[in-house]
Amino acid sequence: MNYLYEDLESLHAKLVAGELTASQLVTETVAQIETTDQQVDAFLRVDAEGAQAAAAKIDEQPIDVANLLAGMPIGIKDNLLTDGVITTAASKMLANFKPVFDATVVEKLKAKEAIMIGKTNLDEFAMGSSTETSAFKKTKNPWDLTKVPGGSSGGSAAAVASGEVVAALGTDTGGSIRQPAAFNGIVGIKPTYGRVSRWGAIAFASSLDQVGVFSRNVADNATVLEAISGHDEKDSTSANLPVPNYRAALNGDINGMKIAVAKEYMAEGVEPGVKAQIEAAIETFKSLGATVDEVSLPHSQYAVQTYYIIASSEASSNLSRYDGIRYGYRSPEAKTLEEVYVKSRSEGFGDEVKRRIMLGTFALSSGFYDAYFKKAGQMRTLIIRDFEQVFADYDLVVGPTAPTTAFELGDKVTDPVTMYMNDILTIPANMAGLPAMSVPAGFADGMPVGLQIIGKAFDEETVYRAGYAFEQATDFHQQVPSFKGGQA
Amino acid sequence: MNFETTIGLEVHIELKTNSKMYSPSPVNYGAEANTNTNVIDWGYPGTLPTINKGAYTLGMMVATALHANIARDTHFDRKNYFYPDNPKAYQVTQYEQPLGQDGYIEIDVDGQQKQIGIAELHIEEDAGKNTHGTDGYSYVDLNRQGTALIEIVSKPDMTTPEEAYAYLETLRQIVQFTGASDVKMEEGSMRVDTNISIRPIGATKYGVKSELKNLNSFNHVRLGLAYEIKRQAALLIAGETIRPETRRFDEKSGETFLMRVKEGADDYRYFPEPDLPPMHISDDWLQEVTDHLPEMPAKRRARYVDELDLPEYDAGILTNTKEMSDFFEAAVNDGAAPKQVSNWLMGEVNAYLNDKQIDLQETALTPAHLAEMINLIKDGVISSKIAKKVFQEIIQNDTDPKAWVEAKGMVQLSDPAQLNPIITGILDDNQQSIDDFKNGKDRAVGFLVGKIMKETRGQANPKVVNELLMAALNKR
Repeated sequence: MNYLYEDLESLHAKLVAGELTASQLVTETVAQIETTDQQVDAFLRVDAEGAQAAAAKIDEQPIDVANLLAGMPIGIKDNLLTDGVITTAASKMLANFKPVFDATVVEKLKAKEAIMIGKTNLDEFAMGSSTETSAFKKTKNPWDLTKVPGGSSGGSAAAVASGEVVAALGTDTGGSIRQPAAFNGIVGIKPTYGRVSRWGAIAFASSLDQVGVFSRNVADNATVLEAISGHDEKDSTSANLPVPNYRAALNGDINGMKIAVAKEYMAEGVEPGVKAQIEAAIETFKSLGATVDEVSLPHSQYAVQTYYIIASSEASSNLSRYDGIRYGYRSPEAKTLEEVYVKSRSEGFGDEVKRRIMLGTFALSSGFYDAYFKKAGQMRTLIIRDFEQVFADYDLVVGPTAPTTAFELGDKVTDPVTMYMNDILTIPANMAGLPAMSVPAGFADGMPVGLQIIGKAFDEETVYRAGYAFEQATDFHQQVPSFKGGQA
Repeated sequence: MNFETTIGLEVHIELKTNSKMYSPSPVNYGAEANTNTNVIDWGYPGTLPTINKGAYTLGMMVATALHANIARDTHFDRKNYFYPDNPKAYQVTQYEQPLGQDGYIEIDVDGQQKQIGIAELHIEEDAGKNTHGTDGYSYVDLNRQGTALIEIVSKPDMTTPEEAYAYLETLRQIVQFTGASDVKMEEGSMRVDTNISIRPIGATKYGVKSELKNLNSFNHVRLGLAYEIKRQAALLIAGETIRPETRRFDEKSGETFLMRVKEGADDYRYFPEPDLPPMHISDDWLQEVTDHLPEMPAKRRARYVDELDLPEYDAGILTNTKEMSDFFEAAVNDGAAPKQVSNWLMGEVNAYLNDKQIDLQETALTPAHLAEMINLIKDGVISSKIAKKVFQEIIQNDTDPKAWVEAKGMVQLSDPAQLNPIITGILDDNQQSIDDFKNGKDRAVGFLVGKIMKETRGQANPKVVNELLMAALNKR
């Protein structure tokens, strides 16, 4: 049996027809992960026992025909808390941390009878663009095992791209879902800030973090996002708005849709191979009846700098709780309170995390606050205004998700600034809190290219509608990586 | 050299809420360590705060009672520092735009009125408690962690320890009246930090201030400040400089001792709390707070003196707590004479409360019962002596005083038709006393009254007995 590259609909049909049980699907999935991960290393932990127990329960009754998620194994990024299953944020600091509750998104998936199959690798505390800062393992890009899967949700992206799971959850603070989706040739959405609860998501930068979904097609993505969306009284920043039926928005019709292309997103930093695919995508939109105009988002050029000040500042505060006192890593050498703090944090955190804590601590320090944090806040307002102006006249902004395709493992991890610049096209949507999705848009030198679709706040429907129409008009999403041990 | 003193006070007040400021954990004093905690209080990864709007409303009530301007659009900030009793390593507070600004309190020191400015009032969360065991370990109790606090920062408007004392007493009363807090120093629901400096009279710059901690009563504040004035003056006179210090008041010696010298300002890296949305106070919300704000003690005191003819002293005691003041007003509304109600509350009632160490609302006494008892005395139905027995009954049990004295046969004999035959009988048996009375020996009257009281087992109304006896004697 091989269910590797099936989608929710086809798997669901098999479950409903009784050709497949949830328990069999779990068994297959666990076996597949075991094989595939020998090369890809997408998962940090597989909860075979928990998944089997959940599947057995689902198999006790007929599958609900209206519930596409029933019995579906889903991968969960390891910065999302799972009750009783170790959650590490890929940090030595939390290597043995066993949560006592589920993140709201996990709880919601379980309520829909989806199965938490395991925890996927990420950059430590989601800080990185290649998943190389994980304290535990390096995930490989299934399209080329010498390349990075992107990050920080590289594990989730590689797990979906390599066919280990049909969908996975990630988090996106500056592009951590969209960039790995692009690098792995799959669909990844970062919904509007406030669309999905952050309760149980290990915080990196609270004003930017948002949980989102990886899948191999837009319809699956819409189904999973709908399941995890909605107001949560435990997260005051979650929006008290009704959740639309996203799947119903996928009618393939984008005739008359007004699409903007930001010229700053097509500038010289974007590799020619990537640019060519995006230009082709724009032509596809036109052929589907959308109008496409070039617009300007002039403050995008400051997005990376602004982001690294705001995100690092918030992170420096959010990560202060890892002090070696109540849970997490405590240095065995520590003898005094000061040593508990200094040694535990020095030994528990990796270099990239420490770099950002120092950067953020500096930016918030008295005497520097006005020049850095405050100024960054002002710039953020200008970036938001750029979008407001464009969205007064347009439905969507499209462009490349990342300026490059997946780079070589080890290539940029020692050069933080170059690594940071890889997020230049994804960061603005986080700064403005807007929904943004990456969909497969072809290949450059054999590696996947992602098309980014940015929508108005809480208008994921239009983003999905355009993504779906594009997907229907192309076959990029049907291509799968061939790697040793993979399907091929 | 003569000096003038500048005093500013920072008061932390624990708000009376069922749950914490940013988490649903319960709040109650004296629970077993770490039982009133949840994952939020523990600073677990993935947890988020939520705003206790009830607590915020209480803060708004206090701000309004202190005549402060309420910030209609504000937000919370994080104050970052590491300490074991601070599990998130930041405190969620209001730094940039406090809930209230620019208020004042009217104080009275020896008949002199003075207005003391309130610089700001903000909402924040309390820290947990660290204790250091004798076993070499330190322990953290997070029960208090996250409890809702308001911090009230005065302007440096006070110039004597007595003014500081009056400020605290007045502030305590005002907050107590709003119902926002129990304001009990002994339970830690009111905590005071003081800043004090002195400077030569006429100097334009403030002197270097020291901060006093460990002040467990208003009286310690007064004593600690008085000591600091002397200490700082002695240093300056000796030509030494004053360092910015945090000092601890020692109640045994009445002196202050150095805790630490402050070297540069602490850098708390404040920034807006991104996990909470901005706060907007709607017109309706503010109106609701204003509508529910009770009359403040100063106003009540004035009314008691002007309208109810109470002495200033009584008015002061009665407005010490809102409960006492409300009780007083209810009893007066039930028809008892204000001064009589005041006498009973300040006398027997307070004595009872002090003896039992309880609050008025923990007794069975109701304003209606107290008023009824006072009127029974006034109408001669019971004697003052009997009233003490009645009082013990009605403060311990929810008993109607009139029904009770009737049932117990404690009603005074005031009816001449019942008393006259007794008087006649006693006079008939005591011709010698009648003779003594006629010869001008007044002591005979007392003897006869005693006989009558004995005959009636003390229930005869002495006033009526006296009148009837004199009339009967004069007839013989």
